[in-house]
Amino acid sequence: MSGIPHDHYEPKTRGEKWLDRRLPIVGLMYDTLMIPTPKNLNWMWIWGIVLVFCLVLQILTGVLLAMHYTPHVDHAFASIEHIMRNVNGGWALRYIHMNGASLFFVAVYLHIFRGLYYGSYKTPREVTWIIGMLIYVLMMGTAFMGYVLPWGQMSFWGATVITGLFGAIPFIGEGIQTWLLGGPAVDNATLNRFLSLHFLLPFLILGLVIVHVWAFHTTGNNNPTGVEVRRTSKKEAEADTLPFWPYFVIKDLFALMVILVVFFAVVGFMPNWMGHPDNYIEANPLATPAHIVPEWYFLPFYAILRAFDGEVWVVIAANVLTGGIIDAKFFGVIAMFGAIVVMALAPWLDTSSVRSGRYRPMFKWWFWLFIINFFVLMWVGARPAEGIYPYIALLGSTYWFAYFLVILPLLGVIEKPLPQPVTIEDDFNHHYGTDHGTPGSGVSPVSTPAE
Amino acid sequence: MFRKLAISAASALVLVTGSAQAAGEGGHVTNYAFSFDGPFGTFDQNQLQRGLQVFTQVCSGCHGISYVPLRTLADEGGIGWTEEEVRAYIDENFIEVYDPELQDWRAATPNDNFPANDGVGAPDLSLMAKARLGFHGPWGTGLNSLFNGVGGPEYIASLLTHYTGEEVEQYGSILYENETFEGGLISMTPPLYDDAVEYADGTPATQDQMAQDVAAFLMWTAEPHLMARKQMGLVAIIILGVFSVLLYLTNKRLWAPIKARTKGVTPAE
Repeated sequence: MSGIPHDHYEPKTRGEKWLDRRLPIVGLMYDTLMIPTPKNLNWMWIWGIVLVFCLVLQILTGVLLAMHYTPHVDHAFASIEHIMRNVNGGWALRYIHMNGASLFFVAVYLHIFRGLYYGSYKTPREVTWIIGMLIYVLMMGTAFMGYVLPWGQMSFWGATVITGLFGAIPFIGEGIQTWLLGGPAVDNATLNRFLSLHFLLPFLILGLVIVHVWAFHTTGNNNPTGVEVRRTSKKEAEADTLPFWPYFVIKDLFALMVILVVFFAVVGFMPNWMGHPDNYIEANPLATPAHIVPEWYFLPFYAILRAFDGEVWVVIAANVLTGGIIDAKFFGVIAMFGAIVVMALAPWLDTSSVRSGRYRPMFKWWFWLFIINFFVLMWVGARPAEGIYPYIALLGSTYWFAYFLVILPLLGVIEKPLPQPVTIEDDFNHHYGTDHGTPGSGVSPVSTPAE
Repeated sequence: MFRKLAISAASALVLVTGSAQAAGEGGHVTNYAFSFDGPFGTFDQNQLQRGLQVFTQVCSGCHGISYVPLRTLADEGGIGWTEEEVRAYIDENFIEVYDPELQDWRAATPNDNFPANDGVGAPDLSLMAKARLGFHGPWGTGLNSLFNGVGGPEYIASLLTHYTGEEVEQYGSILYENETFEGGLISMTPPLYDDAVEYADGTPATQDQMAQDVAAFLMWTAEPHLMARKQMGLVAIIILGVFSVLLYLTNKRLWAPIKARTKGVTPAE
């Protein structure tokens, strides 16, 4: 795979040859595990393994929790308490599953930001990026439906608000909403189908993860320089890469262990910090909580959803131009989903020929502003929509769209990139070698005639 | 990890050194020092038993704790009674549950839950200590609850001790002014006054004492496996910490020859 010259699996014994002629599974596993990997990968390349771990963890704990959970509006909340009190280790399962979702999103956001900074979405890895975005959207759907299952106040009202978004679609919205909920409001039918889908989607994600891995094994990994692995000869390829096993497996496992130390500190010592206290009150359709707030990982998009109210001129313009079909509510919904769509389109919006942000002096600033803006949106998403907060949300939402639709296309034209290293080997030697700054090594300009 | 521990240790210190005032966006919440605060905090069994006494003699008049099985009073890491003591508690307090099969009330057994009590519309208290946010902010960042804990028990103890004594009549019912309660007016009459109960262990039953005891008890009803949870956290951190160190050394050793190769090499062969 990946067009990088490397050793392949050769069946040696009779038994191996017998199996290989019938099912080349050992060869497939060998090639997957021994894939030549750029040897200069930094610590931001660990999140993939962390994400696979999270998916497996969530599926395992989730399957066990489902054995004790009752999907019925009268019993769901009590069955969670049954798990927390009476099931052996049930409290641990649930707290790990609950906080596992948060770890999953921490990892996925860092994974996405890594891709955005080092240009991992650029040709030839667009398909990897698109599949990644699909996984991300499915993750959000799964997490949202999972949060409804405990049937607490935030579960119920969060479900009411979010499914209400579909009701904002003109003409067919109400029909879609009723179809999604299985009735006129969030009720038993909703809870049942949400459990069913919450159980199903992780396996779809698992399938997509395999395709995601397949896609980047075909193109080869990106790396912090964005420079491609040399494929001209096996000797050169081996100078740029190391096999995934054991070099990157051990490195990733080490990183995973450190992350798990923090994770278990959260699970053991403050498992409810990231949750909302209102979700320990059973759902009550007659009492609306003072502030309906989604989980932290949805907050940036929740902020974008609320930012476009009826007083924003774009919204007013859209309203007038479409003859009232696109109202403020629908505009917010379009903006929220649009925020993810523009991110998915990044491979075609970014016009720069340089992959890695490391060699893009102007891009760096806009990128870090994008990251800060992400946290500002997250913060403002949890604030009440009054006073100065809607203005901050509007400003942040505008920057989100401007980053993808204006800044990325323009930067490629006006920016003068820094010189990139010729090979990955040069970058690695420059980083670890003693020969810093000597011509012909390290981040020397392409023009150096050493090779 | 170390930062995390340092933060926890620092916050534990803050809690031990006394009731620092928590700047909140809600009502007033005093940061009481509970024995179960911080990563190494444990329940104080005597305090839980006193809290149960306050709950039984005062709160249970209007509130239920219907998610709590009676037998868990005999669990380790909690009240820690014997099974006989649990049975005696049920008998002494005439605890009855409604049996749908008999279609009648009958005496509770240890396998039943505490009865629900919604006679006057008072909320169930089983999960109250996790359903209230004691520490907010600052500015919506959640940092206060990171350092001080979510603050449910502190909220409960504060609520019970921060009545102002003012009464307001609204739509024919009396509301009581309370500095902790959101909105400032609560329909619960001030439930605790000095010597409202007589503690079996001789502890002076001041209003503050009872409020903290019952708050601790409600933390137990909300999180009966708190001590097991913290122990799991600690064990997991130690084991994973050892794995981290071993994998760090393995990784360093594994990469050493690869990195060493870069040192001796003259620029670009």
